[in-house]
Amino acid sequence: MTKVRRVISIVVENESSVLSRVAGLFSGRGYNIGTLTVAPMPNSQRSRITIATQGDERTIAQITKQLNKLIPVYEVVEHNEMVEKEMVLVKFPLTESLADIEVLCEAYNGTIVNVGVDMCIGMVADEPCRVKHFIEASNRFSPIEIVRGGVVAIER
Amino acid sequence: MKMNGAQMVCEALVAEGVKTVFGYPGGAIMNVYDAIYKQDGFEHILNRHEQASVHAADGYARANGEVGVAMVTSGPGFTNAVTGLATAYMDSIPLVVISGQVPQMLLGTDGFQEIDAIGISRPCTKHNYLVRDIADLPRILKEAFHIARTGRPGPVLVDIPKDITAEIGEFVYPDSVELPSYMDVPKVEAVDINAAVEAILVAKKPLLYIGGGAVLSNASDAIRKLAEITQIPAVETLMALGVMGADNPLRLGMLGMHGSYASNMAMSETDLIISLGARFDDRVTGKLSEFAKYAKVIHVDIDPANISKLVAVDYPIVGDVTEAVEMMIPALEGKVNGEQYADWREVLARYEALYPQSFEDSDEVIKPQWVIERLGETLGEQAIITSDVGQHQMWAAQHFPFDRPRQWINSGGLGTMGFGLPAAMGAKKAFPNKTVINVTGDGSILMNVQELVTASEYKIPVINVILNNHFLGMVRQWQTFFYEERYAETDLTFQPNFKALAEACHGIGYDVTTKEEFDAALKDAIEQDKVAFINIQVARFENVLPMVPANAALNSMMLPKIANPDKGEK
Repeated sequence: MTKVRRVISIVVENESSVLSRVAGLFSGRGYNIGTLTVAPMPNSQRSRITIATQGDERTIAQITKQLNKLIPVYEVVEHNEMVEKEMVLVKFPLTESLADIEVLCEAYNGTIVNVGVDMCIGMVADEPCRVKHFIEASNRFSPIEIVRGGVVAIER
Repeated sequence: MKMNGAQMVCEALVAEGVKTVFGYPGGAIMNVYDAIYKQDGFEHILNRHEQASVHAADGYARANGEVGVAMVTSGPGFTNAVTGLATAYMDSIPLVVISGQVPQMLLGTDGFQEIDAIGISRPCTKHNYLVRDIADLPRILKEAFHIARTGRPGPVLVDIPKDITAEIGEFVYPDSVELPSYMDVPKVEAVDINAAVEAILVAKKPLLYIGGGAVLSNASDAIRKLAEITQIPAVETLMALGVMGADNPLRLGMLGMHGSYASNMAMSETDLIISLGARFDDRVTGKLSEFAKYAKVIHVDIDPANISKLVAVDYPIVGDVTEAVEMMIPALEGKVNGEQYADWREVLARYEALYPQSFEDSDEVIKPQWVIERLGETLGEQAIITSDVGQHQMWAAQHFPFDRPRQWINSGGLGTMGFGLPAAMGAKKAFPNKTVINVTGDGSILMNVQELVTASEYKIPVINVILNNHFLGMVRQWQTFFYEERYAETDLTFQPNFKALAEACHGIGYDVTTKEEFDAALKDAIEQDKVAFINIQVARFENVLPMVPANAALNSMMLPKIANPDKGEK
């Protein structure tokens, strides 16, 4: 069966062992984790875990069902119609043109967030494929370090 | 009421109706043992190894359907218990296991006898808890029992740091649990039942495929009724033996790797599988792409994750199997008659006649299958049979006439050698008036043989029937068939004097080489009412047949040699 990419949001009890339960389920059953993002949900005792994964349709269905069996899991959402964003921070040397870097960042709805003595940091938050393209484009400015975050998604 | 955490544990166990706890003390759990010393609400059995404690609690739970309870200390006490947890997890057995943990101030410091019990047990428990606050302890214990016994049952571990069991807190045992994220029993949907019923009415070759879930759900009466009114033939998995009853004319036997010819042929030719609490395990299906190629599938399972996990399901029914079957019965009653599937039953009857579950008996040497049949003739319905894992387990499954569910107790999913003796002790504690026989081998019995001492001390007279072929028999069988008879590390010719070993542990032993000696030994062992070893020299190279080789199609069985009357064979 063909593999599909899927973003899954998991609403969980905000407790110390819950992330290991979720991550352990993926590793123990041989499921793939592309990216993983966790944060507490505002004004609640719950956290949201967002995982980008891939697998065939049967595997994706199993992932959802197995996650639902975990006791501290309240809700599992397999996203279809969603707004999806991820973030990247890139550190450039100031031997490159600051103006050119800024133009590049702005082309991807980003900006320069910090300028130091000999380096600057650009930030982009956009859809995963756009972030990927931004990273490819930024390679011409000799990036020192690239830090990419995981996906967050919200159903439309 | 104010009390310390250790007393809370005892109070909670009493509140849950626990009569027997199997366990082993140690540093981190000592506070609880001090509280046990001061109470008389339940009995504690001191096993001689933590693995045996969990298996004993497991055997107890399998025999009577209640939650089994075991108690162990931290570190090695807990790690010894892991095999027991995994065994119960794979077969969905309700257990609560309580482990001591180092005091919280030492957590994460590699303290003496510290191990991450929550991390290790996560994949082999239904749920687990590390108690961090005495205020949470009563709620957690209540939840542990609730989670263990509801939905798809399973083992729950409660790991309690030593400072928590010492700390004083307010004990109010909750009346109910509030677990909004936990769905215990999904309700069976009538629309799903109707769809399944329609499929049954148009099927030509339907087959009931009964699994361990039918035992866990106590669905035997309902399933027998369903079979009776529809006259649909049935196969049982290793975990479901007894649900239909051995002499039920609709029962074709066990299916799978060592299933009967008729069962496996039925599964290969059916056009509608009615799966009742089974999970399409690889030992049942054989090669998946060849499995039941002509069949639509109705799958009743309490665990939605089992549906379409391995085999695509056409008619899913999520919920308790008893409830689902009881909804099917009125919908089918009067709409099907005995004639509808008569042709199908006739085909299967021919398969049964062609290769009945048989073996070639001998006058020179005891055949292991003969021992099992003799046990069945002698003890029948009133015995509980446990087993270890290997050839003896399969022979017991094939040849003992199980009449009722929970009469057969074995480690099916994990296949744990060393399960049989402690599980038999648990079953005997649950049913002291039943004869409990552990059918075992000369390999398996040595794993947890220390429990002879426990059984003697607590007067738990279980009888161990050792089918002794001086081999690790099932592995030897595979070596014969698939490894050109290279018997790597399976020859167990060097072995203890089993009779003397039993006697050294205050039990009774018998060495048996003839059928007459076996009959005499079994009769004497039952009369003596002591833990017993009946050590039987059986045919050394006997194989378990039929056999579907691993990952072969279910209908490509290796069969016993058929006698050819034309050549003067009989």
